[in-house]
Amino acid sequence: MSKRLFVKGNEAAAMGAVEAGCRYYFGYPITPQSDIPEYLSRELPKLNGEFIQAESEIGAINMLLGASACGVRAMTSSSSPGISLKQEGISYMAGAELPGVIINISRSGPGLGGIDASQSDYFQSVKGGGHGGYHIPVLAPNSVQEMYDLTMHAFDLADLYRTPVMLLGDSVIGQMKEALVPNARPVRELPEKGWAVRGKSGAEQRVVKSLFLGDGELEAHNWRLHAKYQVMKEKECISEEYETADARLIVTGFGSVARIAHTAVAMAREEGMKVGLFRPVTLFPFPEKALAEAAGRAGKVLVVELNTGQMVEDVRLSVGAAAQVSFYGRPPGAGSLPSPEELLEVIRKQYDDTAR
Amino acid sequence: MQQVFKRPQSLKDVQTHFCPGCHHGTIHRLVADAMDLYGVQDKTIGVASVGCSVFLYGYFDIDVVEAPHGRAPAVATGVKRAKPDNFVFTYQGDGDLAAIGTAEIIHAANRGEDITVVFVNNTTYGMTGGQMAPTTLVGQKTSTSPYGRDKSKDGSPIRMAELMAQLGGVAYSARVAVDSPKHVLEAKKVMREAFGYQAEGKGFSFVEVLSSCPTNWGMNPLKANARVGEEMIPYFPLGIFKKEEA
Ligand SMILES: Cc1ncc(C[n+]2csc(CCOP(=O)(O)OP(=O)(O)O)c2C)c(N)n1
Ligand code: SF4
Repeated sequence: MSKRLFVKGNEAAAMGAVEAGCRYYFGYPITPQSDIPEYLSRELPKLNGEFIQAESEIGAINMLLGASACGVRAMTSSSSPGISLKQEGISYMAGAELPGVIINISRSGPGLGGIDASQSDYFQSVKGGGHGGYHIPVLAPNSVQEMYDLTMHAFDLADLYRTPVMLLGDSVIGQMKEALVPNARPVRELPEKGWAVRGKSGAEQRVVKSLFLGDGELEAHNWRLHAKYQVMKEKECISEEYETADARLIVTGFGSVARIAHTAVAMAREEGMKVGLFRPVTLFPFPEKALAEAAGRAGKVLVVELNTGQMVEDVRLSVGAAAQVSFYGRPPGAGSLPSPEELLEVIRKQYDDTAR
Repeated sequence: MQQVFKRPQSLKDVQTHFCPGCHHGTIHRLVADAMDLYGVQDKTIGVASVGCSVFLYGYFDIDVVEAPHGRAPAVATGVKRAKPDNFVFTYQGDGDLAAIGTAEIIHAANRGEDITVVFVNNTTYGMTGGQMAPTTLVGQKTSTSPYGRDKSKDGSPIRMAELMAQLGGVAYSARVAVDSPKHVLEAKKVMREAFGYQAEGKGFSFVEVLSSCPTNWGMNPLKANARVGEEMIPYFPLGIFKKEEA
């Protein structure tokens, strides 16, 4: 029987990383994610691993680039302004097809903003915030358990597709404590890292790079990356549905706000409203098909986000004309998390509209 | 017949893309010679920077990781921490190391990463067309200092080898030039010594090499060569600034 622990989301992610075999961590302090480097600075040395507090987020992401190029499992973590600094390195890693896990326990912005829960890094994370046109898988946990499980999953995705992978949480998910059952890591068949630098050892030279100057080389590289993203869209979408089968209104949101929405949907059901919840767990690839199906049946979708409207764009693209999409956003500010009652009120309004 | 001069084993037999008279080729040879001396070719991981030297992997027959502009010391840190038994070096220009990558070099050096850094100082940004670098001499005209570098506005050229020597984590820091046969021979000795520091696990080593950029200096190779001795060496003195006995 697995033991049950009572830990913070941030600690759970760090524990998941260790369980996944990550032995190298490079980071720079920023609230609300500092429990991750604190945990790993304590634990990695015991496991013969390396913890480095880098001089900056730029330093950290490039250390991750270097370690990943050697084929080891490695990670960095930060929060919004720090992730902005990491974007250069993430673009280079995407270009050089290097695995690596980046945790973003996002806070509010733009600029220095604040440290409250926010989902305003959706565009930056999901649309490939660095230059050059690329995607990376983005996973959005909504519980301490998922911080653990999805971190392990992130390492597998990274190795399977040779790509950086981001875990996108926020201060609610990172800072809250709840029960965690530390499962063993899933077994997934992963390819050999025949591309990793190791010192030639008499064999063929290996080069990890993102510079492609030969005629047509870069175009081919971009099409290859594009094809990889299409495979991810086919195979790696994860979403969760609650009471969607007969729903006439689908509420959707990711991460922390989806939990509040879950409660609001349950309250709506108690009032007899046929409302369901659709929660994307992967933000890239976005679970377009599953959402389109649920939305098509219901005819109406309500998107709830802790920002002024970002994921709603992907929802609109996914459902097209099959459903009417409305948006309810609460960008960050002191005490700005919507209560379940507040969301229930919005649901009532949208649902009544449906009845008319 | 005795062969007295040959291509180092770590260098590929290819034509270079460097401009005529450019010193990057000579410096590549010195690096390859040092690698050969310690027999580390097979366990070396080079970190290429952004600039005219980005094509490192086209010349050295070794494994290479390419770093974003200025970040080579951080990339090398990740490599060396993951593979402590490998031989790791970076090769960076002055724009790369002394401007955009100042934080990365200072902190990798200060941590005493067990790597070797080859720093090519040609007082300009070569690849992008000869703009002002942190090492551009006062009064030197470049494409972004068309009236000459003005100390009161642009600051003074940075002396990196001396700066490195101040840091606790640095075991070896030196400046050499490759403008004359005598200086090349001295540079060869220093490069070997610097690589030896890592080969023997003695810590962070740094070699600044004064180099020419005939193309962007608007000089023919001979004049450019002469400039190194006449203008650069007086401001950037050659020598070993730190040599820790381990
Ligand atoms: C982030 C970023 N900024 C700017 C550039 C453009 N860039 C390419 S090479 C270079 C200068 C390189 O100069 P230096 O390091 O002195 O090397 P050299 O070419 O002289 O050998 C610059 C600014 C870049 N590639 N990336
Ligand atoms: S531009 Fe300057 S540094 Fe670059 S290859 Fe030509 S001479 Fe050498």
